Amino acid sequence: MQEFIEFTLGGLASGIIYSAIALSLVLIWRGTRVLNYAQGGMAMFTTYVALTVINDTGGNYWLGFLAALAAGFALGAVLERGVVRPTVGKPPLNSVIVTIGILIFIEGLAGIIFYNGQSASFPPAYSIVSLKVGSIALGVSWNDVFTAAAVLAAAVLLAALFRYTTVGLRLRATAFNASVSRLLGVRVGRVLTLGWALAGLIGALAGVLVTPTTFLNPNSMDAIFVLGFTAAVIGGLDSPVGAIVGGLVLGVVLSYVGGYLSADLIELAGLAALVLVLMFRPSGLFAPTAVRRV
Amino acid sequence: MNRSHRLGFVPLAGLAALALVVAACGSSSGSGKKALTASATGITAKTITIGSHQPLTGIAAPGYDEIAPASNAYFQYVNAHGGVYGRKIKYIYLNDQYNPSITVTVVNQLILKDNVFAIFNGLGTPTHLAVVKTINADHVPDLFVASGCECWNQPKTYPDTFGWQLDYVREGKILGNYVEQHFKGKKIGLFYQNDEFGLDGIKGLKYEIPAKQIVAAEPYNAAASNPSQEVGTAAAKLKAAGAQVVISFSVPAFTALLRLSELGVSYNPQNVVSDVGSDPITLEGLLNSFAKKSGSFGKSLLQGIITDGYLPSLGDTTNSWIKLFTKIHNEYIPKLPLDGNVLYGMAVAYTFVQAMFRAGRNPTRASVLAAVNGLPQAVAVAPFAYSLTDHNGITGAYMAEIKNGVLVPIGPVQVTDDTPTGAITTYSGTQPSAPASGIP
Amino acid sequence: MTMLRHVAIAVACGALLLLLSYRLDLYRDLQFAEVAAEVGAVAGLTVLIGISGQISIGHGAFMAIGSYAAALLLLHQHWNIGYVIVASGLVAAAAGGIMGIAAARLRGPYLAGATLMLAVALPSLADKYQSVFGGDQGLSVSITPPAALGATFPLQRWFVWLSCAATLVLLVLLANLVRSRIGRSWRAVRDDEIAASLAGLNVARLQILAFVVSAACAGVSGTLYAMVTTIVTPDAFTLTLSIGLLTAAVLGGLGSLLGAVWGAAILVLAPPFLQDFATSHGFSSAVSSNVPIAAYGVVLIVVMLVFPAGIQGGLRRLLGPAAPVAAAPFSALRRHAPAREEKEEGTV
Repeated sequence: MQEFIEFTLGGLASGIIYSAIALSLVLIWRGTRVLNYAQGGMAMFTTYVALTVINDTGGNYWLGFLAALAAGFALGAVLERGVVRPTVGKPPLNSVIVTIGILIFIEGLAGIIFYNGQSASFPPAYSIVSLKVGSIALGVSWNDVFTAAAVLAAAVLLAALFRYTTVGLRLRATAFNASVSRLLGVRVGRVLTLGWALAGLIGALAGVLVTPTTFLNPNSMDAIFVLGFTAAVIGGLDSPVGAIVGGLVLGVVLSYVGGYLSADLIELAGLAALVLVLMFRPSGLFAPTAVRRV
Repeated sequence: MNRSHRLGFVPLAGLAALALVVAACGSSSGSGKKALTASATGITAKTITIGSHQPLTGIAAPGYDEIAPASNAYFQYVNAHGGVYGRKIKYIYLNDQYNPSITVTVVNQLILKDNVFAIFNGLGTPTHLAVVKTINADHVPDLFVASGCECWNQPKTYPDTFGWQLDYVREGKILGNYVEQHFKGKKIGLFYQNDEFGLDGIKGLKYEIPAKQIVAAEPYNAAASNPSQEVGTAAAKLKAAGAQVVISFSVPAFTALLRLSELGVSYNPQNVVSDVGSDPITLEGLLNSFAKKSGSFGKSLLQGIITDGYLPSLGDTTNSWIKLFTKIHNEYIPKLPLDGNVLYGMAVAYTFVQAMFRAGRNPTRASVLAAVNGLPQAVAVAPFAYSLTDHNGITGAYMAEIKNGVLVPIGPVQVTDDTPTGAITTYSGTQPSAPASGIP
Repeated sequence: MTMLRHVAIAVACGALLLLLSYRLDLYRDLQFAEVAAEVGAVAGLTVLIGISGQISIGHGAFMAIGSYAAALLLLHQHWNIGYVIVASGLVAAAAGGIMGIAAARLRGPYLAGATLMLAVALPSLADKYQSVFGGDQGLSVSITPPAALGATFPLQRWFVWLSCAATLVLLVLLANLVRSRIGRSWRAVRDDEIAASLAGLNVARLQILAFVVSAACAGVSGTLYAMVTTIVTPDAFTLTLSIGLLTAAVLGGLGSLLGAVWGAAILVLAPPFLQDFATSHGFSSAVSSNVPIAAYGVVLIVVMLVFPAGIQGGLRRLLGPAAPVAAAPFSALRRHAPAREEKEEGTV
């Protein structure tokens, strides 16, 4: 029972990070039909920014936290405007290659600017010691609780932004039909930039939340990105709710497989989960009623 | 029996060494200084070119990528102080990303294009195994592989290959012996990398620790997609099995994750960690931002970890070797942290320079191999095993505890062999001090 | 007629390459063999993406399957290397078939995600079944030149011969396939799936076939690569390799077999060149090993924005009147992402 609780809660704690990455991918996909392969690299970079700020301010975590979010927002906007925009309207492979190019460039750049030969330690926001109920250790800490709360809060804020604000209406309209939106006077370009900026921010959030346990180096977000991408595909790339659920499901499944079967099987289990879902739902669990352009 | 075997060889090796030294001295004093010639591939009158494969980028890079620059710093120091008989060492280390296929490519480049004299300190077990055959087929000296695998000790199959660091089997025996004596009857859990490194270490441990005492064995995969999740599960299982002592054969990132995961499941066993995964400076670099958030476990997460060391402790600032290497570090590579990897890189470079001096004024590939056999002890706390029939390197280590971020020895230097029954004995010799010039 | 022409060209190339292999030193021979080995995988991928309009971000997985199959056959069955190359291609083709069945239902990023995860998960099998696949030390692959060539015949040159011969055969087969009815059908499916199926083409079957063909090429290529590097290990088939193949196909010029040759050459030759450059300009270790990475990223972005048809497209533009062929594969790929923007451009 103790193990079951630990595996479940531990799986959810990992899964919420995949959810955050998945959410950032979904934001961009819905707006621009681009899958951002650089999302993990961007999050790595903004986490380095956070660490630099934390070290320069004598250990002020929250300044670093905010710096990462701001950097993520700015980086998303700059990249969209600078190198991704020209690929819009071109075949999708162009944007795939451009975002892979961004990923490779960012990792090289981080290696040149920040990296000193060792992975760096990145602080958690709160204690990582297990919480207890009576004498039973739950296998989650205040930091895990904070992580989950931060991702869910970000998701709720995003949902509110989309639903209740004019900006959100424009974002939704553009995601639904860019050309009609343009005819209706929406500045589609700006809206797309905003979408990337928001995604950059969510990615940056994921970066600062997960890096305490991955340690920070130019490749530290690679594997997390792959799992986040898998979560997004499982949930359905058009669905923010799907992103959250996909991440949690993936986290728990991998935790059970690692705990009850064997750690060697984790990657294969990820593949199996993906294939299983896609076999029955080729556009993910939360796909809107099947749309295939005719 | 194994002891007598060892003892039988030390004097022999010593004699051989003496003979070489005498020969070298004789030739130089007899006929004046011989002119420097291009006596072998990779050697000119002015340079010695050597090469290596190292992970400089990618997931295996952090930490390991400091070793080659550290070796190079020591070579630069030697070059600036007269070189090896006047020759300057040129060290070409190429990035193989810890991918054995790329290792093959870069080693081919070193041998066929760059015409190196020797391959030096090629890093990694799977990577170096991919090239060890080729290197030996080409008769290129393959000196001081950066891996404690037993596989380098095959003088018949791989006459040109030599290990250097304390091999994992010997290390497992020394660790196991300590645990068996000091934690009698306690339940023991194992945490290890699921490859040659972890498996060799566990093999050595099991020579000393009865199987029934081991209650859990949790392997991890170094290339795991989400290491923290994998290690978290392992910690939960070790805890559930009731292990009171956890012995780890892990790399530093996984040692650090294990400590964090133990906190995450409220578990506080005695941690015993092999040398590879216990460098306090590296670990502190990974964990320093946790120290104040770790609650009741005290100031440092590392306090009290038991480990072993085969090089002097970086914490012992009065040690002549540490002084020397600190000086070189500050002069040549001040940007890198002065950690166990840097110490390792300089120490192995020192051994290479030692061998080159012994190989004579105009060295050949054969003379450098002969020079390695019977190489005298220097930077390491225990002597080398090198002989005509043994290509293992350092033969022993001291047990230590991490206290306030440094390795503090808690026992004498012990030496042993790599057989199941070979005794573990206290080393009676003393380690020489570093030469004042810093050059062998 | 085309068949004959292709064979004639291949024979001519083969003769040239044979002469070249005698002119190069052993190290260049090895690099040459490595380029030739990689061409197959890039060519297969360029056909899959550029002609059939499907994407794979995990093509390294099929190279892994082919090379492990070859290593096992050589170790346990001691087959002749020629048979091994064919057999490993067939094994990889079978795996491609399975992937293709899944792929035929998937579109765009969903297919990308599935292939990506395949590439991530597959190497872990080697750790799981260490007794068969040798764990992270992998399996060694050793072949020797036939005795008829003499005892002093360098192994490196034999690698060149084998890789070039096998790859030329692959390229001839691919060139014919691309120009055959199947190739035309692939293009039709790529350009408009619905129209193709209305015209009576079995879309799913054609897409699966494309995966089979492309995986077979990757399998053969993996075998050649294993032979040249003398070893098969899980660490060789990381995501980095798969992404490298994809970028090579794009840099070379998607859909073009000649482009695959340029792409493979860049993939193999650029890293040592860039590292030499960075080291010789006195950068520190951390910088010199990361400069090539950053530079490669920039090149990818710039090429995609300025030269989207890759090297082969650029050559065509330089050498002759604008050939529509170069642009065709790209416009066709739009099908992947029903971006609303495009619809507008199409109708206005």
